[in-house]
Amino acid sequence: MSLPRIVITGVGLTAPNGDNLATFRRNLLAGVAGIERLEVRYMGQLLAGVCHYDPLKYQKKKEVRVGTRAGSISIYCAREALQDAGLDPAALVKDRTGIYIGCTEHGNVETENEIWAISKFNHDTKYWSHYHNPRTVANNPAGETSLNLGVTGPAYTIGAACAAGNLGLIHAAQMLRLGEVDVAICGGVSESIHTFGIFAGFKSQNALAVHDDPLKASRPFDLARNGIVVSEGGCLYTLERLEDALARGAKIYGEISGYCVNSDASDYVLPNPTRQAECVRKAVAHAGLRPSDIHIVNTHATATPLGDIQECEAIRSVFGEGCPETHVNNTKSFIGHCMGAAGALELAGNLPSFEDLTVHPTINVDNLDPKCALPGLVLNQPRRAAKIDAILNNSFGMLGINSTLIVRRFVP
Amino acid sequence: MTKDECKQVVLDIIADIAPDEALSNVKPDVRLRDQLELDSMDFLDIVMELRKRHGIEVPEADYPKLASLDSCAEYLTPKFNAVGAKQ
Repeated sequence: MSLPRIVITGVGLTAPNGDNLATFRRNLLAGVAGIERLEVRYMGQLLAGVCHYDPLKYQKKKEVRVGTRAGSISIYCAREALQDAGLDPAALVKDRTGIYIGCTEHGNVETENEIWAISKFNHDTKYWSHYHNPRTVANNPAGETSLNLGVTGPAYTIGAACAAGNLGLIHAAQMLRLGEVDVAICGGVSESIHTFGIFAGFKSQNALAVHDDPLKASRPFDLARNGIVVSEGGCLYTLERLEDALARGAKIYGEISGYCVNSDASDYVLPNPTRQAECVRKAVAHAGLRPSDIHIVNTHATATPLGDIQECEAIRSVFGEGCPETHVNNTKSFIGHCMGAAGALELAGNLPSFEDLTVHPTINVDNLDPKCALPGLVLNQPRRAAKIDAILNNSFGMLGINSTLIVRRFVP
Repeated sequence: MTKDECKQVVLDIIADIAPDEALSNVKPDVRLRDQLELDSMDFLDIVMELRKRHGIEVPEADYPKLASLDSCAEYLTPKFNAVGAKQ
């Protein structure tokens, strides 16, 4: 059975170091990170990746007040993605447009805020906001986006821990192939920096990064790495079937070529390199490629001491030999861990490589951990490549969810 | 508190919950929903802010009394004065 080919026709994003793809990419090539100090309730100043997009570009003040940060980020990214794709939101066939947004978690921010608010009233729940439920339902970011755009097709979130950004794209590609929708707005978002819980949780796991220099704090593969920098962010794409994109003369960033989602079924938090490698191999096979055909492997590595080693073990087992043209990089070294947005943002940061034949580096590696040494690892400076035809994007999450997405240079 | 002061209190609350609205020409005798973009959740906001900021309770059966600025003043001014008298 021949399935329709699916292509990326638009990108909308906000990252801690850029609010559009051009700025984001420029900073990834120039070594510009985006981590700063953020006051976190109960905990004081911590390191975080904060986005600085203008919420009022696409929302009324009241929408910002009533809605959530994740909803606002989603709306910004969705509108930017449609504009980038040359699609007028007013002209969309509303019931044939789908919104699929990956989230690591949703509702913690709003719940913490309400508990804080009623603490000022002796925890009397009559002061609890009537907005709590619409703000905390798991579909909130997608629902707010559907309201803003007037989209009446399917709009929901996909909960997949930190693999969620890839899952948004994968699910959208599947829905387009099934003919459920004609245009998909998809990817991932995160508002996690506005909850103290995620910082406190990582700190209790001894997995929260600390560093005197915020810009050096996120340092996957470095011997002195000491944990995760939590970040917010969002990246949504417009995906279409190839024939539809060609018919309207759309710009095509790349083609969704292959993917795999699997589960470790082994631990709540510890990664499993065997299952990760299996996920990568299956995605490569699904794309009809060999490992040597992959020219960029964007790692999930979050700068935890064990997690980075385990992912490197998985990558080494697939790409360790016979892949001289495979380059390996990491985007979290610039922007921290954008949680549900991570996979989608990290893919976006690499997409321009199809055009500029340059691989952005992994920064902040002063002393490479020998256990993270990989052939093709691009350290600290961008690297020119002879060819870049396929990008493989890893995103893994707690409870052992793994996702690998492969995007190929578009060839008609 | 006078009725005019009461209307200003309500307008101050509306300014926060409906920040996109121009409030300089709100007609006191016209239903707020007929001249401003306010929905039922916004009215719950008004009720909540009266509770939080001023300790005023508005039972659900009395919500229609918040329809216009004039009706708000008529209904809320005695409540404000009763709360003030307790303090």
